[in-house]
Amino acid sequence: MTASLELTDLHKSFGPAKIIQGVNLSVARGERHAIIGPNGAGKSTLFNLISGRFMPSSGEVRLNGALISGKKPFEINRMGLSRSFQVSNIFTNMTVRENVRCGVLHSMGYGYSFWRNIGNLREVSEKTAHILNEVGLLEKGNTPAALLPYADQRTLEIAITIAGGAEVILLDEPTAGMSHSETDRAVALIEKASKGKTLLIVEHDMGVVFNLADRISVLVYGEIIATGTPEQIRGDARVREAYLGEEAEDAA
Amino acid sequence: MTDMTATYAALEPTRAEKFRQRTVPLILFAVVLLVIPLFNPSRSMVTLLNHMGITIVFALSYNMLLGRAGLLSFGHAVYMGLGGYFAVHVMNWVAEGSGFWGAVPIFSMPAFGFGAGALAGAIIGWPSCRRSGTPFAMISLGVAELVAAAGFMFDSLFGGEMGISADRMGGPEFAGLSLGPVDEVYWFIAFWTFIGVLGTYAFTRTPLGKLSEATRDNPERVEFVGYNPQRVRYLVFIFAGAFAGMAGGMSAVQDEIFTPESLSLIPSGAILIATYVGGIRYFTGPIMGAIVMTYMGSNLSDYTVGWLLYLGLMFVGVVMFLPNGIAGIVYGTADTLRAGRLGEVWQSWLLRLAGLALIATSVITIVEVAFRWSEGYGEVFEPFGLHLGTDNPLTWALGVLPLVLGVVMVMKAAKGESK
Amino acid sequence: METLVFALLNGVIYGLLLFMLSSGLTLIFSMMGVLNFAHASFYMLGAYLAFTIMEGTSFWIALFLAPVLVGLVGMVVERYGLRRVHAQGHVAELLFTFGLAYLIDEVVKIFWGRTAVNYRVPELLDFPLFTLYGAQYPAYRIFILFVAAFMLVALWYLLKKTRAGLIIQAALTHPHMVGSLGHNVPLIFMSVFGVGCALAGLAGVIGGNYFVTDPAMAVQMGPIVFVVVVVGGLGSLEGAFVAAMLIGLLQTSAISINASLADIFGFLGLGPHTEVGEITIASMAPMLPFLLLVLILMIRPRGLMGEREV
Repeated sequence: MTASLELTDLHKSFGPAKIIQGVNLSVARGERHAIIGPNGAGKSTLFNLISGRFMPSSGEVRLNGALISGKKPFEINRMGLSRSFQVSNIFTNMTVRENVRCGVLHSMGYGYSFWRNIGNLREVSEKTAHILNEVGLLEKGNTPAALLPYADQRTLEIAITIAGGAEVILLDEPTAGMSHSETDRAVALIEKASKGKTLLIVEHDMGVVFNLADRISVLVYGEIIATGTPEQIRGDARVREAYLGEEAEDAA
Repeated sequence: MTDMTATYAALEPTRAEKFRQRTVPLILFAVVLLVIPLFNPSRSMVTLLNHMGITIVFALSYNMLLGRAGLLSFGHAVYMGLGGYFAVHVMNWVAEGSGFWGAVPIFSMPAFGFGAGALAGAIIGWPSCRRSGTPFAMISLGVAELVAAAGFMFDSLFGGEMGISADRMGGPEFAGLSLGPVDEVYWFIAFWTFIGVLGTYAFTRTPLGKLSEATRDNPERVEFVGYNPQRVRYLVFIFAGAFAGMAGGMSAVQDEIFTPESLSLIPSGAILIATYVGGIRYFTGPIMGAIVMTYMGSNLSDYTVGWLLYLGLMFVGVVMFLPNGIAGIVYGTADTLRAGRLGEVWQSWLLRLAGLALIATSVITIVEVAFRWSEGYGEVFEPFGLHLGTDNPLTWALGVLPLVLGVVMVMKAAKGESK
Repeated sequence: METLVFALLNGVIYGLLLFMLSSGLTLIFSMMGVLNFAHASFYMLGAYLAFTIMEGTSFWIALFLAPVLVGLVGMVVERYGLRRVHAQGHVAELLFTFGLAYLIDEVVKIFWGRTAVNYRVPELLDFPLFTLYGAQYPAYRIFILFVAAFMLVALWYLLKKTRAGLIIQAALTHPHMVGSLGHNVPLIFMSVFGVGCALAGLAGVIGGNYFVTDPAMAVQMGPIVFVVVVVGGLGSLEGAFVAAMLIGLLQTSAISINASLADIFGFLGLGPHTEVGEITIASMAPMLPFLLLVLILMIRPRGLMGEREV
């Protein structure tokens, strides 16, 4: 069976700076895979390479066996890969419902349609409401997105990401800046939303990572130094040395 | 699940709300259009109304770009001009009256303008819409200069300085309108203005219309939900060109002439000002802007040679202090009244109004006196029997004191409201 | 040969004037992100102020005083207008300067009337400097050449050798960093805007009597200056210089070419008496900068030497 997401010898340099230096990674279908690593390790760059925001300098990315490196973000999205952003990247002048609806539209086959009344698209409205309900923002559906509290904006970010029904979901630090209780709620949401899907997540909160992930990869200076189950990672001497330190014990 | 469907229904506007917010305003607009002739407006009034209708459609088409898609164009008149020119040519073919063209009613000219505008948008938009923001604005400027220069160069298409004229009385009649007298033209304009308003409004309700707003807010995110922002901009641009062309077709029938001047930066700048002053965040903003600006353009110029200066001052004032334009004031006031907060704010409103009146007094005094002085014919500004010459101390007092006092009052009102 | 040499000289002078305008615009744009639509209006203001000062005193006082005055007006505009609009984003800033251009045009009409003023070359420089191929070349044009070259050197010195220049250079490439380093950014903005406007004013002083000083001069010059800045590449003074020269030479040499399109494309079957065939290169000269702009933005959006995309 082909892997859901397959990175082969991926490199990315900005001028002389080599940010990603030969990453190989295979994420199986239905797997929840976390990427951890110190600041500046290249985690966000890796996401940008996978989602088409950056072009790799060399190497390839495959989604369900199909080559996606070199394609534009919207093409990759249409092939079933969706991502969220570390800094909330929402449509601030629209309501919460309209935000999610933008995420739903293309997957429902409404392309660039200009001959339909958006209010009459029943499936779209229902799917939108369904997503809103799933993430718990249904009550705030008519609030302008810019007026949402921070944690809700992060949730909306996830809602837009999953709205299109992509099979592979990339989440970039979904709980960054959240309080404990907010983090717990976000983790529950991610668990629910990623059921039956492939999830790749970058996260700093080790509690979240070890709770959520089936497997973990450790990225240091643009290279993956270890990949394995949470137990294996916890036991890996190199990882402890390079990165985890005390945090692993705290999380355990 | 039933529970959710119930909430989902609560989220969507109810049928009654939709009717009240969307259908009723359109019906009211139609009623206004129908009722106006009952007041027996004068010929010049009807001409003014016709120009208002044309500008309304033009401004709405411009706002598809500026307000909805966030694209600042300095060359939108190109599409109205090309649409209008095409309509003028069609009118002349109709007048020759052979074969197919003989059967085309003049009434349908805006449809031809629509098509020509869309075509022009499709051709010119292809290179323009790859960029947004400042580059888009620059390209639009360059294209406008190019097209206007070409307009003066190709006489057989654009008629040189004199332009090309046509006769609206040719062709078969439609709905019993000969389109000869100007009040028959009114019905023609009213019909197409309504179609223009309806069409541009409907566009905002389509998936593409919503996506253009999303692309304005966050083009990057649009890419990550499966859309190509360049494609979104391009399609919106074609529609904006089409509706501008429709306004051109209306103008061709009303004025029976188009000149290369209509392609230049001047009308492009004028529609930018009208739309922005009206308020680009609201659908009705450009309509208000078009009405106010057309009225000012035709009437203020009779009163004062300085009307362009007043226009410029108004525009700069709106950019600096009222980014939501006239519509922002109208809706803001309505919201305050509806919320029953008039009691809290009436003092600061009054203060601001008085301050603005004082500022206006000074500005008008300065401008009027200055223009008369500059023309050097010794003419004197004499409002309300006052004799305001440059040697009259009262002139200087009126130019300075109300201004200072007014600014203080407006600032005080603003401070009071921010508390 | 004769036409070529004259076209070359005139092209260089026109190019230098364009650079004087576009250097200010480039500085302002790259630091503040504001494409100053009213830049050419400051150029016009410079010419008119010089005319008035020259009537009262002499050209030489105007040469120094008018740019300073224009620079002061620019600073006031920045301090009390632009800065207010800044929070609303770049489109609002662009619109503000667009309105400002409108206002300056009207104010100029009030003070100096709607027709051209008689702003003349100073008598001291009003003589033919040399004779080339039997045609005389006016000394004033060479004077323009010198003033522009002097300005070029002064600007280069200011940017490369002084502390203020270093800060400005840093701000050109890393606009957000400068504030973090503890410099007074609002003051820098105001000064750069003022200096940029003063340069435009200087171009007006020496260009106003070379061309014509009338209320239309801003509208004629403005779009071309934009073209120079964008074609050269935003943020690049070198690019602006190359583009200014390119457009200067392109336009002046096009004017002196009387060949029609039929002469050039006749081999493609374009008849000399068709409408397209009759168009001469000279009549196309005003269109050339805009053609160049559209081409550059399509093919190379960074401009000739820009590092950032537009």
